[in-house]
Amino acid sequence: MLATTYAIPDVLVFAAATLLILVGAIGVIAMKNPVHSALSLIMSLLGVAVAFLEQSADFLAAVEIIVYAGAIVVLFLFVIMFLGVDKSKHPHVEPLVGQRWFAGLGVAITVAGVVFLMANSHWVSGVPSTSTGGTALAPGSGNVTQLGDSVFTTYLLAFEATAGLLIIAVVGAVLLARRERTAEVDEATDDLEVIIDDWAPEETEEVDS
Amino acid sequence: MSHLAPLIMILPLAGFLFVLVNGRSLSNKVVGLIGTGVVGLSFVASVITFVLLLHHSSRQVTVNLFTWISVDTLHVPAAILVDPLSITMSLFVTGISTLIHWYSTAYMEGEKDFRKFFLYLNLFVFSMLTLVLANNLVLTFVGWEGVGVCSYWLVSYYFDRDAAASAGKKAFIYNRVGDLGLMAAMFLLFVHTHTLTYLGIFSSTSLLSPTIATLVVLSLLLAATGKSAQIPLFNWLPDAMEGPTPVSALIHAATMVTAGVYLLVRMSPVLALSSSGRMTIAIIGGVTAFVAATIATAQKDIKKVLAFSTVSQIGYMVLAVGVGAYGAAIFLMVSHAFFKALLFLGSGSVIHSLGGEQDMRKMGGLAKWLPLTFPTFLIGWLTISGVPPFAGFWSKGDVLTNVFVHNKPLWVLGVLTAILTAYYMSRLFILTFRGSERFREVTHQHDPHESPLAMTVPLLILAALSVLGGLLDLPWAHGFSLTHFLSPTFGYVAPSAAQSTMMQTGLALVDVAAAAIGLFAAFTIWRNTVESATFEKPFFEHVWRWDDAYDATIGRPLAHVAQFSNDVIEDGVIDGAVEGLGGSVRRSGEGIRKLQAGMVRQYALAMVLGATVIVVYLVGRVR
Amino acid sequence: MTIPASWFLILAALLFGIGAFGVLTRRSALIMFMCIELMLNAVNLTFVTFARTMSDIGGQTSVFFIMVVAAAEVTVGLGIVVAVFRRRASTSVDELSELQG
Repeated sequence: MLATTYAIPDVLVFAAATLLILVGAIGVIAMKNPVHSALSLIMSLLGVAVAFLEQSADFLAAVEIIVYAGAIVVLFLFVIMFLGVDKSKHPHVEPLVGQRWFAGLGVAITVAGVVFLMANSHWVSGVPSTSTGGTALAPGSGNVTQLGDSVFTTYLLAFEATAGLLIIAVVGAVLLARRERTAEVDEATDDLEVIIDDWAPEETEEVDS
Repeated sequence: MSHLAPLIMILPLAGFLFVLVNGRSLSNKVVGLIGTGVVGLSFVASVITFVLLLHHSSRQVTVNLFTWISVDTLHVPAAILVDPLSITMSLFVTGISTLIHWYSTAYMEGEKDFRKFFLYLNLFVFSMLTLVLANNLVLTFVGWEGVGVCSYWLVSYYFDRDAAASAGKKAFIYNRVGDLGLMAAMFLLFVHTHTLTYLGIFSSTSLLSPTIATLVVLSLLLAATGKSAQIPLFNWLPDAMEGPTPVSALIHAATMVTAGVYLLVRMSPVLALSSSGRMTIAIIGGVTAFVAATIATAQKDIKKVLAFSTVSQIGYMVLAVGVGAYGAAIFLMVSHAFFKALLFLGSGSVIHSLGGEQDMRKMGGLAKWLPLTFPTFLIGWLTISGVPPFAGFWSKGDVLTNVFVHNKPLWVLGVLTAILTAYYMSRLFILTFRGSERFREVTHQHDPHESPLAMTVPLLILAALSVLGGLLDLPWAHGFSLTHFLSPTFGYVAPSAAQSTMMQTGLALVDVAAAAIGLFAAFTIWRNTVESATFEKPFFEHVWRWDDAYDATIGRPLAHVAQFSNDVIEDGVIDGAVEGLGGSVRRSGEGIRKLQAGMVRQYALAMVLGATVIVVYLVGRVR
Repeated sequence: MTIPASWFLILAALLFGIGAFGVLTRRSALIMFMCIELMLNAVNLTFVTFARTMSDIGGQTSVFFIMVVAAAEVTVGLGIVVAVFRRRASTSVDELSELQG
C-alpha cells in the first residue's frame, strides 16, 4: 500500500533513517557502558543526517555528521576515557521513588498528546498558504546557496553573536577544566616556579593563599 | 518696578542663605549687621516700589518669576502681585522688621544661639513677604507655612526650657488646624473657578454659588482664626510669649498674626458674595476682642497682658473685616503694628533692665530708672488706650464708626472692649512704672539700668510713628487717605461710614469717654494695690478655662482613643496580623523546603509533568 | 510523492520522548548530556521538516544556530563534568544535592 502512494526508494530511506534513529536512541539510554552509549549516539545522529538528506537539507546533513558525530561525540568519548568508569555503587537501583514510572508515564502522555495535537491541526498538512512569508526554498536539492544567503544577510547579527558565544564557551571550558593553581605549582617544574617567583611574586602569594 | 519688586523678597532670603553658609566664620556683630542690613535694604526697595506704583497707571502689576506648577488645568506661577494692599503690607512688614532686627542685635547679645536667631528672623521676613506679595493662593500658602514654621522655631528658641518647647508645639498644632481651612478654601476655589491666582478668582466670582461662597469664606475664617489667634484657636498666642521678646514683638504682635486679617482682606471680592459669612467673621472678631480684653485684665505676666491685648486688637481688625470696612482693618493693622511693637519692645527693655523678670508684681516705680523707655512706653500706652491724638484713637475710632453703622450690638461690645483696653493697659503701666519699687529682690538691690541705644532708638522711632500714625487716614482727608489708596483692591467696600460729621464727632466722643473711664478706673483701683482678688478673677486669669475645656473635650477623649489603640489594636490587630503572616510564611516555608531535595532529575521530572499537564489541557480543548 | 511531514514529525516526537526519558532516569551526567543531544536533534528534525513543508529557509538556518549552541553547551558542560569529577570522583548527579532546602 505504501508503495502505491509513495516512491519505494523514499520509503526505504525513511525506514532506514527511522531504524537508525530509534535503535540508536534506545541504545543511548539503555547501555550500561558509557562508551557504548556514545557509539549508539553516533548511530542515532547518522539516522538524523539521513532524515536531513531526505528532506533536501544537504548542507545540514553534512554538518550533522562532521560536527556532531565527528566532533561532539569524540569529545564525549574523550571525556569518558579521561574520567574512567563511573564509580557509583548501585547503578541499577533507582534511589528516587517512582522516578522511572512517572518519567515513563509523563513522557508517553506528552508525546502522545503532541502527536494527537499535530494530527488534529494543519501543521502537517503542508499547505503552502501557511508559509511565514520567508524565502521560498529552491526546488530540487541544492539550497546551500540559499542557506548561506540567509545566514549572512538576514541572520547576520545572530551569526556574529554565535562567534562571541563560541569564544566565551571555549574560555569557560578552559577555565573549568584547568587544574587549580596550587596543584599546578606543586607539580610544576623547578624552572617554572623560578619564573613565577621572579616575574610576579605577589601574584603567586595571592594565588597560594 | 518689575525688577525691583522681587528684590523685596529676595534680599532677606539672600541674608538668610549667606549667614546659613558662612555663619560659623562670622562674628555676632557681623551677623547682626547683615541680618538688619538686608531687611533694611528690603524696606528701601519697598519704598521705591511704592513710589513707582503711585505713578503707575494701573496700580496693579504682576511680576512673573517662573512657572512653578503646571499640571493639566492647574497652573500656578511663582509670581508677585504688586498692588496697593500688598505694597502697604510689605512696607510696614519690612519697616517694623528693620527696627526689630536692630533692637535684637542688642537684646539678644550674649545669647549662645545668636546666629540661629537671626537666621530664623530673616527667613521669617522672607516668608512673610512671600505671603503678602504672592499673586496666588498656593504661593501665599508657602509663605503662610513658612511664617508658621519660623514662629515654631522662634517660640521654642529656648528649647531647653520645657514651657518653651511645649509652647512651640502648641502654636504649631493650633496653626495646623487653621491651615486646614486655607487648604479647604483653595480646594473649593479651584474646583469651582479652575484657577488659584487672586486676579483669576476675582474675575470668576460669578462661578461661585452662594453656598460655595459661604463655605469658602468660612474656611478662610478658620485659616484666619488659626494664624491670627481668634476664637476658637486663640490660646496659642499667650503661650507663644515663651519666645524672646523681639520675636513676640515682630511675629506675635506686629506681622505674622495679622496674616489672617490680610488673607481675609485680600479675598474681599469673595467675601462680598456671602453676607452670612461676613456676619460670622464680625461676630468672631467682636467676641474675641471682648473675651481677650477681659482675660488681659487679670494677667500678672507683663508679656501675657500684651499678648491678650494683641488678640483683642486683632479681634477689632477681624470685626472691621466682617462689617466690610477693609480700609479700617488695614489702618488698625498698621497702627497696631507701630504701637504694639513699641509696647513689646518697651516691655522687653523693662525685662532686660530687670535681668529677665516678667512678673508685674515685682516691678513698679521704674519711671525714674528708665529715662528713655518710660516716655516711649507712655506714648504706647496712651496710643493703645485710644487717647487722642495718637494713632490708636484714629484707627480704633475708624473701626468703631464703621461697626456702628452696620451692627449696633457689636458696636456696644466694641466700646466695652475699648473701656477694658484702657483699663488693663493702665493697670500694666501703673504696676510697671508707678508705685513702690518692688524689684530690689530681683535685681539684688542694684539699680535697674537703661538699655543700650540699639534698643532705645527703635523705641523712639516707633513712638514717633505711634504719635503720627493717625495721619495715614484722617477722617476728613478723603482723597489722600490709606483707605482711598487701598480701595481699588477691595471687592466690596462698606457704604461710607460717616453719614454726618455730627455723628462722627459723637462717636469720637464716645471713644474718648470709653478711654477716660478705663483710665480712671485703673488709676482708682491700682494706684496703691498690687494684687486684688476682686479685680483679678481666676476665671479670667485662667483664660476662661479655655484650655481646660479643650483638654476635656478633645485632649482626653483622644488620649483614650490612643490608649485603646495602643492596648487593643496595636497588640491584637496589627501585631497579630504581622506576626500571624510571618509565622504562616515560616511554617509553610518549612513544609515546602522539603520539595527542594537538590535532586536535578526530580526537578526535570517536575518540568516534564508540567508540560504533560499543558499538553493534556490542549488536547482537552481540541475535543 | 515524497514522504509526508507527519511521519518525520512523529519520528521527531519519539526521539524527543526517548531523550527526555533518558534525562529523567539516567544518573550519569555524561549520559544525560547525550540524551539532551538527542532531544536537540529531535527539534532539529522538526525544524528541517517545517522548512521543507513551509518553503522557508529560516527553519534550516535555525538548525544551523542550534548546532552552534549545542556545540558550545557540550564544551562547557563537559568542562563542568570534568571539574566536578575532580572533586568527587563521580559523575552521578544524585550526589550533587548540596543545594537542598
